[in-house]
Amino acid sequence: MNKMLDAIPSLPIADWVEMLMDWLTEDFASLFSFIQKAGKNSMESFTDLLLYIPPIVFILIVAIIAFLATKKRFGLAAFSIVGLLFIYNQGLWKELMNTVTLVVFSSVIAILMGIPIGILMSKSRVADNIIKPILDFMQTMPGFVYLIPAVAFFGIGVVPGVFASVVFALPPTVRFTNLGIRQVPKELVEAADSYGSTGWQKLFKLELPLAKSTIMAGINQTVLLSLSMVVIASMIGAPGLGRDVLSALQRAQVGNGFVAGISLVIFAIIIDRLTQSLNKKKY
Amino acid sequence: MEKIKVEHVTKIFGKHVNAALKLVNQKKSKTEILNETGATIGVYDANFTVNEGEIFVIMGLSGSGKSTLIRLLNRLIDPTSGNIYIDGQNISKLNKRELRKIRREKMSMVFQNFGLFPHRTILQNTEYGLEVKGVPKEGRRLKAEKALENAGLLPYKDQYPSQLSGGMQQRVGLARALANDPDILLMDEAFSALDPLIRKEMQDELLELQRKMKKTIVFITHDLNEALRIGDRIALMKDGQIIQIGTGEEILTNPANDYVRSFTEDVDRSKVLTVENVMIRPVSINIETDGPKVALQRMREEKVSVLLAVDKQRNFKGYITAGDAHEASKRGERHLHGILRKDMLTVPPDTLIQDVLSPISDSPTPIAVVKDGKLLGVLIRGVVIEALSSSNGSGGVEDE
Repeated sequence: MNKMLDAIPSLPIADWVEMLMDWLTEDFASLFSFIQKAGKNSMESFTDLLLYIPPIVFILIVAIIAFLATKKRFGLAAFSIVGLLFIYNQGLWKELMNTVTLVVFSSVIAILMGIPIGILMSKSRVADNIIKPILDFMQTMPGFVYLIPAVAFFGIGVVPGVFASVVFALPPTVRFTNLGIRQVPKELVEAADSYGSTGWQKLFKLELPLAKSTIMAGINQTVLLSLSMVVIASMIGAPGLGRDVLSALQRAQVGNGFVAGISLVIFAIIIDRLTQSLNKKKY
Repeated sequence: MEKIKVEHVTKIFGKHVNAALKLVNQKKSKTEILNETGATIGVYDANFTVNEGEIFVIMGLSGSGKSTLIRLLNRLIDPTSGNIYIDGQNISKLNKRELRKIRREKMSMVFQNFGLFPHRTILQNTEYGLEVKGVPKEGRRLKAEKALENAGLLPYKDQYPSQLSGGMQQRVGLARALANDPDILLMDEAFSALDPLIRKEMQDELLELQRKMKKTIVFITHDLNEALRIGDRIALMKDGQIIQIGTGEEILTNPANDYVRSFTEDVDRSKVLTVENVMIRPVSINIETDGPKVALQRMREEKVSVLLAVDKQRNFKGYITAGDAHEASKRGERHLHGILRKDMLTVPPDTLIQDVLSPISDSPTPIAVVKDGKLLGVLIRGVVIEALSSSNGSGGVEDE
């Protein structure tokens, strides 16, 4: 039996992928290096800007935003103050700011790409059929695998980290945007059509506003997924809290690992609750 | 003048549309087509016209294709074949831009579940049609506020639809449609989601509105009573086909087939049938020429105790009773003038039966149906009651 199976020579898939990668890295080298430099510069300046803000001011701003976003309740605001003070106290402020930059950049890029793709999928059955399996692929592939092309394209550092995070965090925004628009009641779509709306009018006056809360749920997922990539991205040199977790792991420092890990959790809770509370219905 | 004209319109859903269409052209039945091709017929060779200023009701049970049919009129659904003309323009041939123009300017739609946008206030909802049309902000605000004011909803303009009751939401739906000032209103089961009292109120409002505005209205319903109440003409649909088109009375008195008849069985006939449909041939006597003896003779012949008196032109004059005629005959009178009684109720032929129910049960004599002074027929208690309970409203006693 095995002989029959062995009669088919092993397909050189790995070689083909490598060839593709070589072709990409060589022929688009200048493009990648431009993105790498521009990305690195803008992200470093963003981190510098964050670090330029005195921590106490930063903490207060977050607390005020939390207070307003949660309909003037104190819970999240108080948690933000205590949590962020703890991170500062543990000497991880700079790492936190690096993590903020990484999360902000990868989330924003994922959202800016994800929403239009989601809209496209909701409008076109063909696009839906093509993109859906790609999204499944992106989500089931272990996050580490994205590090390899990321390094090949952009070397090591924060830019490949963002690249890997975007790939990993993109699917929820796309899926939820698609879902949100498809869930708009048929009668409302008919109403918009029957009054002679153009496609764009329908999209901006009806579908996106109604899909908003679903899209926000997707965005929330995207933000948290990109945060979860922070540790993995640190393996290719992305700065931030992840790097502390990683080095604690490599040196088996339970205490340091715990502190860095708990800092990540605090940060995750704050941005999760913040993005969720932005998603409230007014009607 | 005809406003909407629908010519051989067919809508087929599913695969094998072309094969199915061929079978439609061969006049195969819906089931045959489903068996042969697997295609579902939504609307099967519909033909009708809607006149300007008319309320045209399309009625049928669920699955009869009525909602598909109304959506073909503004092409929310594209017809598979056939032509639809609005003001003589063939809309089945329009491109997207032309179609939008027609939708923006000529027709507005009102939906069963109101179709209001939940994220927009009442005012913003009412403005929607004007907004997509590109009417400047101030202008559309004024028009929308006017439409809301006419509907008595101006105080609610800053609320959201979910804060309003169903009846009020549908008034907003109607106001939104009217704010656009369309010629044609398409109303898809517009009142079906409302409870019966509100529904009746809305029907009255629609009729009142129609008196003032004279729109052309296509109204979908599954409720025959509603259809009869508001429709100038009614098209009855079954399995995608229009079975009968006519006024409410025509459909009740002359159903095209058993299906229509079974439909009309549970209608509250007193609200639809007019006395013209149930009156019987009067047994009359010419008061100018005939005397008491002739009168008695006729009563014996016709087995009645009362004769209706008319002149040569059949103008209604009164009635003669058997007792009086007998007395007069004994006295040797030659004329009937002396015994003519005039206390008989008269009604015009288009009176609804419900309006004569109470007089006819109080009155000792029958009621005369009179138009322009001429005697047309007579209503007797038994016939009226028979007509209300019969399954085939026409004629009552006379037919049996």
